[in-house]
Amino acid sequence: MSPVLAGVLQLLALMVALALAYRPLGDYMAGVYSSPKHLRVERWIYRAVGANPATEMRWPAYLRGVLGFSLVSVLFLYLLQRVQGSLPGSLGFASVDPDQAFNTAASFVANTNWQSYYGEQAMGHVVQTGGLAVQNFLSAAVGLAVAVALVRGFARHRTGELGNFWADLVRGTVRILLPVAVVGAVLLVACGAIQNFAGIHEVGQFMGGSQQWNGGAVASQEAIKELGTNGGGYFNANSAHPFENPNGLSNLLEIFLILVIPLSITRTFGRMVGSVRQGYAILAAMVGIWVVFTALMMWTEFRHGGPAFDLAGGATEGKETRFGIGASSIFSVATTLTSTGAVNSFLSSYTGFGGGIAMLGMQLGEIAPGGVGSGLYGILIMAVIAVFLAGLMVGRTPEYLGKKIGTREIKFAACYILITPALVLCFTAVSMVMDTPLNSLTNSGAHGFSEVLYAYTSGANNNGSAFAGLNADTQWYNTTIGIAMLLGRFLPMVFVLALAGSLAEQKPVPMTAGTLRTDKPLFSGLLVGTIMIVAGLTYFPALALGPLAEGLAS
Amino acid sequence: MSMNTTVGSTARLLGAALRALLVLSIICGVIYPLAVMGIGQGLFHHQANGSEIRADGRTVGSSLIGQRYDLPLKDGQETPDPDLKWFQPRPSNGLGTNSVNTQYQLILSGATNRAGDNEELIQWVKDAKAAVVKDNSVDGHKIKPSDVPPDAVTSSGSGLDPAISPQYADIQVNRVAKLNNLDITQVQKLVNDHKDGRILGFIGEPRVNVLELNIALKALEAK
Repeated sequence: MSPVLAGVLQLLALMVALALAYRPLGDYMAGVYSSPKHLRVERWIYRAVGANPATEMRWPAYLRGVLGFSLVSVLFLYLLQRVQGSLPGSLGFASVDPDQAFNTAASFVANTNWQSYYGEQAMGHVVQTGGLAVQNFLSAAVGLAVAVALVRGFARHRTGELGNFWADLVRGTVRILLPVAVVGAVLLVACGAIQNFAGIHEVGQFMGGSQQWNGGAVASQEAIKELGTNGGGYFNANSAHPFENPNGLSNLLEIFLILVIPLSITRTFGRMVGSVRQGYAILAAMVGIWVVFTALMMWTEFRHGGPAFDLAGGATEGKETRFGIGASSIFSVATTLTSTGAVNSFLSSYTGFGGGIAMLGMQLGEIAPGGVGSGLYGILIMAVIAVFLAGLMVGRTPEYLGKKIGTREIKFAACYILITPALVLCFTAVSMVMDTPLNSLTNSGAHGFSEVLYAYTSGANNNGSAFAGLNADTQWYNTTIGIAMLLGRFLPMVFVLALAGSLAEQKPVPMTAGTLRTDKPLFSGLLVGTIMIVAGLTYFPALALGPLAEGLAS
Repeated sequence: MSMNTTVGSTARLLGAALRALLVLSIICGVIYPLAVMGIGQGLFHHQANGSEIRADGRTVGSSLIGQRYDLPLKDGQETPDPDLKWFQPRPSNGLGTNSVNTQYQLILSGATNRAGDNEELIQWVKDAKAAVVKDNSVDGHKIKPSDVPPDAVTSSGSGLDPAISPQYADIQVNRVAKLNNLDITQVQKLVNDHKDGRILGFIGEPRVNVLELNIALKALEAK
């Protein structure tokens, strides 16, 4: 069997597995966020928190919950790293420097998992397992909560109430993320991912002598880092490290975990707004972009343009033998189209076009299917824009899911889509005209520019993957990427929740013959077109200077 | 709202947030990893502890983690020469050693992160290819540059790739047989026995585990 055919078959197997999970998981999640019942463990948590889960919140209160919880999370994670040197169970590792500790805390709370540190030499058990992995759960649960609040904004009428943040946070963690993560983690251990508290220990070598290895709770972190579309590696090599991703099967399982919630949540959306077809239309747009991007990535990586790859006979630099080029390409597209920073192969050594595809995937706003929760609210914002554009064409007041898209709604949506490009392009431009930030580049020319553009694209879009040629552990990058991650995560949430509040207050508009049908393939196409045009207009000049210039030169 | 009630409600909110964080940290950061630890150690003890392999009564590594098979470092050398008696793994130019917490000597996994048009990478590939051709051309058995598969001249993502392609194992057979005074057919059979196909016929890529192959080679020698 040729490697290309094997790659295609792996993609098809993945699609079948995701399709099988779609209905049960989507319906289950809709039940989780709609049920009036509380589990016993949840009641204990609410009692400890001192929150009444039945209290309905309007959007400002919901937002205060999101921001308050995230602020406390950043501070806690920052302090945990700053006192690591005195914490037991930390392998005697020193405390993390302030700028790096800030960057890492911002990164994990913002569901980004950008890492300017080497996991195996910097973070002990307590910080990894009790700090970073915990935010892998909680930042994902916050994303889910905000998405569900927006869906309620569409589904509810003449209220303004969006649910209870604490209840949504706790339910997303306890009922959705935890059970799936346990199953995923155990399967990963079966494949060979490690799960022990061996600490740093000596292991004998074939040629004599020994080497020092880190043990740790790797499988449990691996499962939630993929499921929560986080991506922060226990080891520097991330999911290319054999202890994180031991074989072809674990590799497919990890890709499945990355995609399963962001895709299935379109079913949850459809259920909650009372029409699963509305969910299918969104799903079709997501899957269409995902499949085309994966096909393009496989094409350019198998074609291996670039002098070093021509010489070697294949683009295997930075890729593991056990995955090969096909499964590496599938992984890279799945991570950069979601907000997952995990890598199983190193993007800096992809072909020029391959790096560009990864970057463009993030620049679409990570909505195909996007991060856990953030993918759904991101694409619903684009749906609002698409409906608005269609309304302009025929001169009608646009409506979506029975809600009028008026001036206020469009303002919120427009602010949402402007935030990340503004962060990416401004920080990249400033870095390129300063002297010191350029010392961090490994490659020069177009690829060097791509390293910086990629870093801010990844940070502001909360992806976390890297063109790792950039030495990002400097005060400048730690600080500015940290700021980009926080603003890129939480400012959009402000506008999502404001939009949700505005929608929930409206009374429903009855559907007429002139209403644009948003549950049809035509709308899926319109949505994809809108996404491409918005991202293309925003980023084309920057992409032309980086990956396009490199790709055309090879 | 007066100033006092704003401050009060913010303090109440942050207090609730801190309590929520602590409770959820216990569930996700203590109970969850310990549960996975219990199940993993109970059902898959070998894998959970790193899939270590023993040979000759001692641990010689993990079947998942690649190693170097080099000669001892000579005076004035920065990088050791490969011990050509053994099957050689892929290059690992992206591996590093720890720069912080230097009470340990850790291997830092990683890639070279060099782009396809990077001069250094081009040179590495050229040098590696020349070395593979030279080392494996023995006794009239000539290796052509086009026989060398890409994995033989490029570094993996982790630098710890435990496997090589079957092609790379095949072109090393004559060399290994000669340097160990073994029969070529015997060594080729050993390589063939260690070729792993794709899982279920289509998942991942065919490969040969270098450590397992070298252990078997050592056992063959000892016979």
